[in-house]
Amino acid sequence: MSMPDPVAVFRIEAAELLEQIETGLLDLTHRLNDKDQIDAVFRGLHTLKGSGAMFGFDALAAFTHHCETAFDRVRKGEKPATSELVAAVLAAQDHMRALIENPTDDHGEIGERLLAQLRLAVEGDAPAPVAASAAPVETAAVADDLHTFRIRFSLPLNSMVNGTNPLGLLDELRDLGECHVVADTSAIPSLDVLVPTELYVSWDVTLTTDQPRSAIDDVFIFVLDDMTLNVETIAAEAPVVKAVAAPAVVAVPEPVVQPVPAPVAAAAPRPQPVPEPAGEKQQAKAAENVRVPAERLDELMDRVGELVIAQSRLRQLASTSMDIQLRSVSEEIERLSGELRDTMMVLRMVPVGSLFGRFRRLVHDLARETGKIIELETEGETTEVDKTVIERLADPLVHLVRNSIDHGLETPEERRAAGKEEAGKVLLSARQAGGEVIITIKDDGRGINRERVRAKAESSGLMQPGQQISDQDLLQMIFQPGFSTAAQVTNLSGRGVGMDVVKKTVEALRGAIDITSKPGQGSEVALRIPLTLAIIDGLLVRVGEGRYVIPLSAVEECLELSLEEDLRSRGRSFISLRDSLVPFLRLRDLFRTGTKPDTHQKVVVISTGTERVGMVVDQIIGDHQTVIKSMSKLHHDVATFSGATILGDGSVALILDVAHLVAAGQQQEAHLRAAG
Amino acid sequence: MSDRLQTNIRQLADMHWNDNGELEVLTFDLHGETFAIEAIMVQEILDLLPETAVPGAMAFVGSVINFRGKVIPLADIRLAFGMEAGASTIDSRIVVIEIELQGELTLVGIRTDKVNEVTTLSRDMSEPPPSVGMKWRPDYINCLVKRGGQFIILPNLEAIFSFRKEA
Amino acid sequence: MSGRILTVDDSASIRLTTKVTLTNAGYEITEAVNGAEGLEKAKAGEFDLIVTDLNMPVMDGLTMIEELRKLPAHMGVPIIFLTTESDADLKARAKAAGATGWLTKPFDPENLVKIVKKVLGK
Repeated sequence: MSMPDPVAVFRIEAAELLEQIETGLLDLTHRLNDKDQIDAVFRGLHTLKGSGAMFGFDALAAFTHHCETAFDRVRKGEKPATSELVAAVLAAQDHMRALIENPTDDHGEIGERLLAQLRLAVEGDAPAPVAASAAPVETAAVADDLHTFRIRFSLPLNSMVNGTNPLGLLDELRDLGECHVVADTSAIPSLDVLVPTELYVSWDVTLTTDQPRSAIDDVFIFVLDDMTLNVETIAAEAPVVKAVAAPAVVAVPEPVVQPVPAPVAAAAPRPQPVPEPAGEKQQAKAAENVRVPAERLDELMDRVGELVIAQSRLRQLASTSMDIQLRSVSEEIERLSGELRDTMMVLRMVPVGSLFGRFRRLVHDLARETGKIIELETEGETTEVDKTVIERLADPLVHLVRNSIDHGLETPEERRAAGKEEAGKVLLSARQAGGEVIITIKDDGRGINRERVRAKAESSGLMQPGQQISDQDLLQMIFQPGFSTAAQVTNLSGRGVGMDVVKKTVEALRGAIDITSKPGQGSEVALRIPLTLAIIDGLLVRVGEGRYVIPLSAVEECLELSLEEDLRSRGRSFISLRDSLVPFLRLRDLFRTGTKPDTHQKVVVISTGTERVGMVVDQIIGDHQTVIKSMSKLHHDVATFSGATILGDGSVALILDVAHLVAAGQQQEAHLRAAG
Repeated sequence: MSDRLQTNIRQLADMHWNDNGELEVLTFDLHGETFAIEAIMVQEILDLLPETAVPGAMAFVGSVINFRGKVIPLADIRLAFGMEAGASTIDSRIVVIEIELQGELTLVGIRTDKVNEVTTLSRDMSEPPPSVGMKWRPDYINCLVKRGGQFIILPNLEAIFSFRKEA
Repeated sequence: MSGRILTVDDSASIRLTTKVTLTNAGYEITEAVNGAEGLEKAKAGEFDLIVTDLNMPVMDGLTMIEELRKLPAHMGVPIIFLTTESDADLKARAKAAGATGWLTKPFDPENLVKIVKKVLGK
């Protein structure tokens, strides 16, 4: 997935801004006191300065700052708008353009002259304003000896309404060091005067940390001005080892047992490591790793899943209760089960290296069979993935590697003729990005022949002859069932059976495939797989009387289906969403609920990469931590749902299968288009 | 279905008659008929639970329930036998059984009008379903056992649950 | 780490930087180009956090924050605003309007992630 370069976007944006500013200035020459134009020019300058500074256009930012300040003062009525000022800023436009085009050139002299002109226009001959100072660089806090602080604090009553989460602040304090937290609930008023949105609790925290006092202020930075904060130093304790590197890192004492260093590849054979003497040391070492059968992990995962469900039931009960103690226990359990869940997820993670290992042999065999010279490189073997993902990805990866070698890489002769090295490269890499793991298979072969893909897709009816289609969509054709571009079918890649299975497997893991290819330079297939499988964030919706979960990762946005849109869209099946038409499905019809639609129906727009579909639901209930339960074999014919989950009240909600629904939506749209 | 396959299925289902030709079963009523399921398959008998409809599923497995934190299908074998799906009564119960479907042990809830008793049936009193003159699909029935002047139906659950919609 | 974040800014380059940075950090981003669109989207969706610029055409960030805080459903949703060093008094007004915290422009993407994590909590 390629993102445009922000600097390039900034240049385009800056050109537009300058145009806007200029138009505003020109209008101002006719109507000096047009408030809207003054605001518009100020905003333009402000954005130009702000974005400029973001992308390293420091000279532009500093220069524009002066113009902006001048207009800010006019805006606030401190100075009158004068034609001199307008002229001065107009004159500065070309200079700003130059600063955007050549940010590194020295434009000092011209800039000074223009600024003098501006000063004159604003101040008469007042002294030069102080140059815009760069944001003060925060001096890194140096890790210090251990201190114990007693921190007593209370937050403004409305701080939770304003989005401050006191528990988050407590967590941050805990991150600084060992904390003992006591909540003071004495200020909670009786129920008849209690306002549920207000914060009555204050806290008394004893914190032992090696961080300086200022670190505590940093925790409260956003509320510091409005809160009561009392920090006392209690006692200093023995110093710990000082961190040399980053300030936030606290040096951990070396473990008592030194881990055996990884064997270093060396030219000369090295003596075998001397076996560790038996006894205490070895016992300690054995305790570091425990082998656990995979089923036990699965069992544990099930239990954790049940705990999460029970906890959400508890939360529901607590939320309707007036009992503050019950609520605080509920919150404690919510935090604990959340942490337990996260720990559990980590336990299930295994490095992909175990998966990559098996490809050396495969590549070796393929090289012999095809007569090609192949170098296999791997990267990111330590990247960790849920073990279920590893198991299910093994076959698709084998297929993709085979495909790269068979279709992608050329023979040594062909490569020589093309001016390439005789050995073709296949790179297998894995990395984590956000909540996803991206596994990439990249080769430096001939690339995908788009003409051939198109011809094949057209001849097999996957697309209309001459149909306009995006490059990505065209490349994705190779994952269609029954598609194969190999003019000559070899026994390696089979007969187009497999690539569609790759796609199905990846989608079943709630992942997606990106594919890029440059003629003559090679192809890259990236599998994007979510880190965890067992629990997802979902959006709980209601359709008729049933409740359903939509995986939140697929939700693009939610909007209201206005009555007029609703009426207008009868008989057709798309809504307009910011200039583009998005097909939609009325889930009430699809599920045959037989109920009347709610007056305020909502549209949830879901997407799988490029395709979008809106789904009309009766109500959006909210976020839901969804523990995925699979459906039995008896329901495997129902493609609309990918699984089920248990809600807080114990009832079952089905999880919508996004890929299937998007396909269904696209199909419906195609039908209606065909019908005219 | 070929006769041979039919025989095979029947033999397979016959496996649990013990050496004395006896079979322990749980009997229950559906639409005025008495059915029996091998007791060894039965996991639990439950009061009715909230059901979640599965749009698009085959009618006789049209919903799922929460059985101790697991999501399991709820089957209404009345519909498989072409009976009407009558209203629930205070006697209605769900019998949870474990059954092997396509090589996988699966929990399935079976809706019943009333659960009667655990009892022992005798093979001597059993007879295969008549191939003609019966309103139900013969392959859905393992055998009929005569008892106290009435017939108890032993349904062939494997056959019922392996029913597939025509593509 | 996950969360749905609405970013409101009239500058395409700042929006893009914010989006790239936060997407890489595992968040899900919805964008709006001014306060009015921000308000619309905030009402239509459910966001864990809103990051907004203050100076914008059509509807500025201050007004958007004030309007949002009037809605019961948007009480308590953290709102971070982007501001420059020089806007000290604007900062006070944004806080009074109901903002949770701020980030000073120009900002280091790492700092943005840090602030977002701080405000969203664990």
